[in-house]
Amino acid sequence: MDAISVNKLSKSYGNIKALREISFEVRTGELFGIIGPDGAGKTTLFRILTTLMLPEEGTATVKGLDVVKDYKKIRRQVGYMPGRFSLYQDMTVEENLSFFATLFGTTVQENYDLVKDIYQPLEKFKTRRAGKLSGGMKQKLALSCALIHKPSVLFLDEPTTGVDPVSRKDFWEMLGRLKKQGITIVVSTPYMDEAVLCDRIGLIREGQFMCIETPREIINSYHEMLWAVHADKMSTLLSELRAFEGINSCFSFGDTLHITVANEQLAPATLKSFLEKKGHTDVEVYPIQATIEDCYMLLAK
Amino acid sequence: MLHAISKIRMDTIVIETDRLTKRFGSFTAVDKISFQVTKGEIFGFLGANGAGKTTAMRMLCGLSIPTSGTGTVAGYDITKQSEMVKRNIGYMSQKFSLYEDLKVWENIRLYGGIYGLSEKEIAEKTDRLLYTLNFDNERNTMVKSLPLGWKQKLAFSVAIFHEPKIVFLDEPTGGVDPVTRRQFWELIYKASDMGITVFVTTHYMDEAEYCHRVSIMVDGRIEALDTPKILKQQFGVKSMQEVFYHLAQTAKRGD
Repeated sequence: MDAISVNKLSKSYGNIKALREISFEVRTGELFGIIGPDGAGKTTLFRILTTLMLPEEGTATVKGLDVVKDYKKIRRQVGYMPGRFSLYQDMTVEENLSFFATLFGTTVQENYDLVKDIYQPLEKFKTRRAGKLSGGMKQKLALSCALIHKPSVLFLDEPTTGVDPVSRKDFWEMLGRLKKQGITIVVSTPYMDEAVLCDRIGLIREGQFMCIETPREIINSYHEMLWAVHADKMSTLLSELRAFEGINSCFSFGDTLHITVANEQLAPATLKSFLEKKGHTDVEVYPIQATIEDCYMLLAK
Repeated sequence: MLHAISKIRMDTIVIETDRLTKRFGSFTAVDKISFQVTKGEIFGFLGANGAGKTTAMRMLCGLSIPTSGTGTVAGYDITKQSEMVKRNIGYMSQKFSLYEDLKVWENIRLYGGIYGLSEKEIAEKTDRLLYTLNFDNERNTMVKSLPLGWKQKLAFSVAIFHEPKIVFLDEPTGGVDPVTRRQFWELIYKASDMGITVFVTTHYMDEAEYCHRVSIMVDGRIEALDTPKILKQQFGVKSMQEVFYHLAQTAKRGD
């Protein structure tokens, strides 16, 4: 059985259509990523699946339970970490955790094994108020609270926004361990390097999925001619490449620019000598393999 | 690091600190940091959560008094002339940028007024700003109904509306999608071309590559400072992500 099954789900806020007949499945034990810009409908989808909001049209089930009729049963089985920190700021670390355990009719002791890895670094701050924690610690506490009732499906709405690269890496290692314990995880993120770590990802835009595939499949289905370009003066290089006939798109990617080339006759060496004639130095032009971020940029056009 | 500084001409320095330190009780949040930033430079200020970036930035903006050490920003002493510092800088962050319950034009009007621009200047510059951002149709839109990426672009333009010498950006692209992040950085490039110094924090390591120079803070100290190219050579790695891992993993301070 699929852990989540969504069929033609729609939701509007006034004139704005947040979700447009969205359909997809998440398999049991899967780590499913939802990637898309702000306003694409990610949070609305999370709220409907966690039974905090009613859909307008369509149906959805979580663990075979209907999000409208069986909302009480679903709430016992899912964990939700909203994008905005929503624990009780004036309760201590310890109080927050035992509060959430009590709400679900369990105790911290009973499920401590599940949160141990995540909660341990917080032990020494357990008497500190949640509002006084640093960003990384808040995130660990929020995840602990979302897990303390041993949910079978975990929803994480941008858990790593504003988190530094080292802590992000730790966080994803924790997700990997939770997945091994059989928990189904649905996670949204603006970081493309995290998207690659999911089993499958759905790229969402304006309330619809543009595609749902494994990261490998998404990368393999990229068929543009993609080159990296580097020179000493990157900002003038950017505007000159955008004006160059035969180049479809040009964006910064770390220390190079990625360009998609429409003109199949164009060779990297030709472009290189053109740029050198324009006065650029240290010019490099070479074909590259697309990354997930390149795929996203192409689909988002 | 010395190599990079020796190339800087003294008359173009807009931020300079000397052993700048901030302690809270027995905790040293910022530990004797010394560096210089020049006019028009895009300076990336990196570090793990809790490394001391925000505290350092608050001192540079004249919002927090150093425990010891000195600093000048836009030619003013951050301890003794903090009001003059505030007038000559712009600031935006991911958390606070614009007033959600005001319309687009009202936000611009408010900030223009706070920085002492005349009605006429505000009116002219508002038109130009909305035109350049392609925001003409959003003049009367409530800021809360703008998508995050639009908000951040608008917030940045408002932060440099009074043409400050320096703009401080605290995680301006946090949570923003890849397309909008790049558009945002193109605004940063433009500001830098106009001679505005951009002092920026980010957790996106591809953005670190876009900076002219980058500093990395670990446990309150600046552990590395140079161009991305030299830093990568120095650590023998291919990306800023790897440079960051190398340094930040040595952190002792619990986050």
